[in-house]
Amino acid sequence: MQRMLTLIAMLSCIATASAQLAVVTDRATDTATDASSWPPVAGVLRHPRCMNCHPAGDFPRQGDDRHRHQQLVMRGAADSGVPTLQCSACHQTKNSEDGKVPGAPKWHLAPLSMAWENLNDAQLCTALKDTKKNGGKNIEALVEHMVADPLVQWAWAPGARLSPTLPQADFHAAVRRWAAAGAPCPGGG
Amino acid sequence: MQTLNLNGKPVAVQAEPETPLLWVLRGELHLNGTKYGCGMALCGACTVHIDGQPTRSCVTPIEALGSRAVTTIEGVAQGASGRAAAAVQAAWIARDVAQCGYCQSGQVMAATALLAANPQPSDTDIDQAMSGNICRCGTYPRIRAAVHDAAKSLSA
Repeated sequence: MQRMLTLIAMLSCIATASAQLAVVTDRATDTATDASSWPPVAGVLRHPRCMNCHPAGDFPRQGDDRHRHQQLVMRGAADSGVPTLQCSACHQTKNSEDGKVPGAPKWHLAPLSMAWENLNDAQLCTALKDTKKNGGKNIEALVEHMVADPLVQWAWAPGARLSPTLPQADFHAAVRRWAAAGAPCPGGG
Repeated sequence: MQTLNLNGKPVAVQAEPETPLLWVLRGELHLNGTKYGCGMALCGACTVHIDGQPTRSCVTPIEALGSRAVTTIEGVAQGASGRAAAAVQAAWIARDVAQCGYCQSGQVMAATALLAANPQPSDTDIDQAMSGNICRCGTYPRIRAAVHDAAKSLSA
């Protein structure tokens, strides 16, 4: 009988320890999921299709090598070019027939507050979520911007230039996964 | 068939909707003042005004125009920018700006739009507004001087 009770007690301890281990493991998995939800999103945001029009300076960049936009194109007061050399002088609502002149609705630069150049992953994430910088967008609005805005979606139909490596549907899923995880930033931001 | 709002008049054209405006102007309507340069919105020779904004007609499909007002070099003197256009024309002649002349239609359209929007442009304003109009002959110093001359005549 004594041996039986000892065996039951041991089994009980093992079961408890296993359950605790499972909780720890689950938490570790959750933590890993949270931490890993941002890099796929950041990888797309760092692509030339996004970064060329999120510059930190007074001019856009262009091309897969991100050279300065030709023709001395400038940001302008409203982020759409100078008064008589607007983005719309060349960029229509869709790509040119040969795909060499890109176009999408409301072609323009992101405001300077949304400049992404020179930011590390954590800073990029924090800046993206900062409503003082992002045009007052909460996480839901950010998700909507990244999965539905026609200018953002153009990145996967960019004509004669490269799209982000991550396919469009996968990017949408990554954005939603990041949002569902609480929009975590590296370092806990 | 589509009707363009061209130089102040409705003009019916037969071209397909995705046809670039430049092809319609030159090929169908025989308004040859607007030039074909690069065909890729890189040189500015094909510049027209759409609702007063300089626009590269070589990459603008006519389906994108809707009812917006298209002004070409043939109509700019009669349009809303007519006063600025007259000043530009006079300054261009006085400064003998053109060399081969091929880009000058686009240059005049860009300069006219600039002066209509900003009657007293600085050198920086001129550079930024005109930088999309390329001149193989390198007449840029005369262009800038002529824009200043035109600005002075407009303020006189």
